[in-house]
Amino acid sequence: MNSAIMIRIRGFIEENFLFREDLSGLADSDSLLENGVMDSTGILELVAFLETEFSIQMSDAEIVPDNLDSIASIASYVGRKVSTALAA
Amino acid sequence: MCGIAGYFGNPDARLPARTLLQRMLGELRHRGPDGEGAYVADGAGLAHTRLSIIDLSAGAQPMSNDDETVSITFNGEIFNYVELREELIARGHRFRTASDTEVIVRLYEEMGPDCVERLNGDFAFAIWDSRRRRLMLARDRMGVRPLFYAERDGALYFASEVKALLQVPGIEAELDPIALDQIFTFWFPLAPRTVFKGVAELPPAHVLIASPGHVSVRRYWALDFPDAADARRGERDEAGIAEEVRALLIDATRIRLRSDVPVGAYLSGGLDSSIVAAIAGRLAPERLRTFSVRFDSAEFDETEFQLEMAEALGTDHSAVLCRPADIGAAFPSVIRHAERPILRTAPAPLEILSGLVRDEGFKVVLTGEGADEVFGGYDIFKEAKLRRFCARQPESLRRPLLFRRLYPYLPKLQAQSAAYLKAFFATDLDAAGDPLFSHLPRFRSTAGAKLFFSGELKRSLADYDALDELRSALPENFTRWHPLSQAQYLETAYLLPGYILSSQGDRMAMANAVEGRFPFLDHRVVEMAARIPPALKLRGLTEKHILRKAAEGLVPPRMAARPKQPYRAPDSASFFGDTSPPYVERLLAGPAVAASGLFEPRAVEKLVAKGRNGSIGGFRDNAALTGILSTQLWREAFVPGARQIDPISIISRQKVA
Repeated sequence: MNSAIMIRIRGFIEENFLFREDLSGLADSDSLLENGVMDSTGILELVAFLETEFSIQMSDAEIVPDNLDSIASIASYVGRKVSTALAA
Repeated sequence: MCGIAGYFGNPDARLPARTLLQRMLGELRHRGPDGEGAYVADGAGLAHTRLSIIDLSAGAQPMSNDDETVSITFNGEIFNYVELREELIARGHRFRTASDTEVIVRLYEEMGPDCVERLNGDFAFAIWDSRRRRLMLARDRMGVRPLFYAERDGALYFASEVKALLQVPGIEAELDPIALDQIFTFWFPLAPRTVFKGVAELPPAHVLIASPGHVSVRRYWALDFPDAADARRGERDEAGIAEEVRALLIDATRIRLRSDVPVGAYLSGGLDSSIVAAIAGRLAPERLRTFSVRFDSAEFDETEFQLEMAEALGTDHSAVLCRPADIGAAFPSVIRHAERPILRTAPAPLEILSGLVRDEGFKVVLTGEGADEVFGGYDIFKEAKLRRFCARQPESLRRPLLFRRLYPYLPKLQAQSAAYLKAFFATDLDAAGDPLFSHLPRFRSTAGAKLFFSGELKRSLADYDALDELRSALPENFTRWHPLSQAQYLETAYLLPGYILSSQGDRMAMANAVEGRFPFLDHRVVEMAARIPPALKLRGLTEKHILRKAAEGLVPPRMAARPKQPYRAPDSASFFGDTSPPYVERLLAGPAVAASGLFEPRAVEKLVAKGRNGSIGGFRDNAALTGILSTQLWREAFVPGARQIDPISIISRQKVA
């Protein structure tokens, strides 16, 4: 489950923020902020993407670096959200 | 205001000296359409293309003294020439003209190169001293007027714009990768470096002396601040300081109204231009003419405030609307005039605006430029103050919320959570001792655009670090200054001449032969403001506090209280959509990007795709797109052969095959 999510998230980030294949060396756990991948507008783009792509709703309290600052943390956050939604 | 060019030494023999000077002038004619002249001596040549403003009948240049031992070509204005002329006459000098040009000649006769210290003005000039066989180049303190030079085969050539130097046999445009790296960090190259390899800029407040076999460049003035320990001195005398600021601004504006042609003013809708226009309106003999830019997007437009101010001052006002399509259409011309890649489109509306001024029959405008640097108006000063505040309690999630108050005009920022505000702005808190502390977030987010640099460009840059170069160029006193003074210095000594006064200022105005005059950049104002306690400039999070006090009674209270709205223009939106100019597709296509070798074609392709579907919203992507496109336009305009590769014809040929 998580790996499929991870692939979609990585694809979005590479296409929209990373722009180049030779930088795909960005590890799943690398910080998007510290590596200059994401800026303040990027976060909003990312949130819009996640909400549409995975049919989830993110509250303000969830839009925090803990949930969104690496491909791995996004995938795990989305995984939790999706399974909560399914369970509900 | 004019264009100047010339040489020292023996120019290339392939071209007669006069022909060379004519060709150089041909590239500068937009700066001075009212007349031109050349002076060829043994060992030097001077040329001038004129925009007549003072002593219309007798101010022709180049101008020599009586025995032709001192000759000058001069671009700019000496605003205190009336007082200097009286002094010189009292000391026995006899004048042939009423021009400010002759004042420099007479002053040079007396003082030699030190004459610059007496000049209050915006100037770039060259003086040929035939007795000493010496050429002097000089530039004003703040860097209002441009001056470039290059040495080739034992001769030194100079000109107001680089395009004139490119007329010299043997001088060809070649991109300096380090300058490009600096532009993609600071928005401009660090003077004397220019984006043209082998062409130098004479830095502001410097003179160059060339004599046979020897060239020296020295600084004659420097912006200085009190030590941080003394920075509170006078803090309680707010009213007295405000009065002093007001009196000085009135005088700085008064001498900037000296002109034999009418002087107009820009009204941006903000405090600074309102103050200048208000003072000028009181002093000018006739009803003041004012001009401004309007945008069709509410995010950038300030029409409401412009009209309010025009009405309050009773000026005769005109405005020009700049739609994204207008910016896109003007952009190639902007790059030909700016002569460098730029990361924002904000210069374009100013070129369109100077066109309006010219069409309305004006040659001279006053503006509010410089007030934000000198009196502490920029957001970056507040941001740095808040970052220092956060650094004192790094764990606090309340303190970062204050960043929202900094950028009320950025809707996307208002939506950010405290945690992200902290992540974006409360950065480098451990770098409090770094002299660049105030500017680290801006430099870093700008440098994010280097993501698009090609492998080849990166290899040629190796481990070059633009920030280190800037750090090592800072004055010795810098570390003793108050943090606000440090940040002000970075803006005033670097961004102001490097970008604001050049790419956004002189070049955009002179594209239409319009001269800007800046009362806030009178060096007396600059020196006085530097001594004002920081707490009176940035009070809490209120910028330009002391200037607001000084403006009371000059401008309506609502204007004096209005928070600053930075001047911005739509960036990537100007290049895409129904009105996308054809050069965008042509210059950003894979083969064209590959041909320049500077950017990664595949990455640019993705960025362009993002631009096409209208989703470039962030700072980095806008800067990258504008920077890449302007670099491509720069190459096409200046680098020999860059135009020969036409990707569209290559593609269509491939398709046919």
